[in-house]
Amino acid sequence: MTQIWNGDYLFLLENLIVKDFKIRYRNMSLGVFWSLLNPLVLMGVLTFVFTKVMPNAVKDFPIFVLCGLVPFNFFTVAWNNGTISVANNAGLIKRIPVPREIVPIATVLSTTIHLGIQIALLLLFVLVFGAGINFYWLWLPLLWALEIVFVCGLVLATSALDVYLRDMRYIVESACTVLFWLVPIFYTLDIVPREYVTVYEFNPLAAMILGLRRILMEGVSPNGDSGLVYKLAFTSTVTFIFGLALYSRLKNKFFDYL
Amino acid sequence: MNVIEFKNVSKSFHRAVGQRLLRHYLEDLMGKSDPDSFHALKNINFTIKDGESVAVIGANGAGKSTLLSLVTRLAPPSSGDVIINGRVAALLELGAGFHPDLTGRENVRLNASLLGFSRKQAKDLYESIVDFAELHDFMDEPLRTYSNGMMLRLAFAVAVNLDPQILIIDEVLAVGDQQFQAKCMDKIFEIRNQGRTILCVSHALSTLQSLCTRAIWLDHGQLIMDGPVEEVLRAYEGRTLHAPKQ
Repeated sequence: MTQIWNGDYLFLLENLIVKDFKIRYRNMSLGVFWSLLNPLVLMGVLTFVFTKVMPNAVKDFPIFVLCGLVPFNFFTVAWNNGTISVANNAGLIKRIPVPREIVPIATVLSTTIHLGIQIALLLLFVLVFGAGINFYWLWLPLLWALEIVFVCGLVLATSALDVYLRDMRYIVESACTVLFWLVPIFYTLDIVPREYVTVYEFNPLAAMILGLRRILMEGVSPNGDSGLVYKLAFTSTVTFIFGLALYSRLKNKFFDYL
Repeated sequence: MNVIEFKNVSKSFHRAVGQRLLRHYLEDLMGKSDPDSFHALKNINFTIKDGESVAVIGANGAGKSTLLSLVTRLAPPSSGDVIINGRVAALLELGAGFHPDLTGRENVRLNASLLGFSRKQAKDLYESIVDFAELHDFMDEPLRTYSNGMMLRLAFAVAVNLDPQILIIDEVLAVGDQQFQAKCMDKIFEIRNQGRTILCVSHALSTLQSLCTRAIWLDHGQLIMDGPVEEVLRAYEGRTLHAPKQ
């Protein structure tokens, strides 16, 4: 199906992102403060549980856990909002011949504004209580970009499936709950049995968290001995290509199913 | 040049299509649900040339809106070919991209980008959009404070300023008060007189007669008649009057 919309892709993307952001914050009296509250509260609770109730040997536990919570938080919010974005924008998809990929991608990208605020919080903690700035911080933009690419790929796939099967959103919600335990947010990779370590490293979300800790807490290259960033780049790219291909196959019939 | 070309186009909808849950697919598998499909358009053939203004008429459910969604490529045909040459602007549902929490100004920008304006065009045309809508004092208010008429005026103003090659109008001629309606009609006539192609669905037959030169009459998904607007409208009105009550 050839596209008859020949407008300005970037201008449209920018407007959709700004729209999402404005709508979300205009209805919140405390605005961006809410972006900070969720990770801070969880950080406090997990620190209490894992230093007082079930003490463990991890150093700087608040920063350790925040390195897990910030990418995880972005991942769940972006994946959930992205999955329902096509069905929720049925009015737009059925009435205006815009390139349909733009709807889920704009939703993910609008979540990166929260992500930015949370990253600032994380870096502030690292500067005040942690290891301080080092040369490996230059890796950070690439790592975040790869996580965003990964989420975009997932969201393209699940948002298109959600049009045909509205249960998809509940599957995604449950998957996020499961992932909270399967991703090393409050434990280290060292205590994971050796045969599962490769699986963890190929999970982009787990790889992201491991990479962040290496850079921010240990002050070493995120790659380690196992080429972690290459694995992250590989799975993110494959996921994105798969998501885009699935989306382009399914988008033609959105009109009939929305 | 042909700007719109329909070749043996059919469109059917699965009756069960719409919001589907896992349960519905399981029912399909077990053969419980009725796989009945509904033919919105059956074997339609026509071509529209550059600069023609064509009315599409027919009773409710005749397939008019389905035809427009095929022209705008929002829906693919079930069979046959739809060929479109040129930029289409559809006044299908005015303000489809509008959001009540955004201001008038923000909505104009967003809607303009959705309809395919570039950043520069949106900026350059902003004043003429606001002038056309006559809503200067309200542009920084959120859209939810607008009356329905004001919102439609704004949406119409954005859409007609796009300078489309093909303008599609679906039942939106009754916008705002009488004075504004007249202004909208003037604008549509102006677009037509510039040689643009117009495809118009309406039940206001007198408007269609003055705006269009040709009409296509659809009934239950079939093309009943295609010809000069007076002839088709005469036949259509005769048919409606004499048709036995069902």
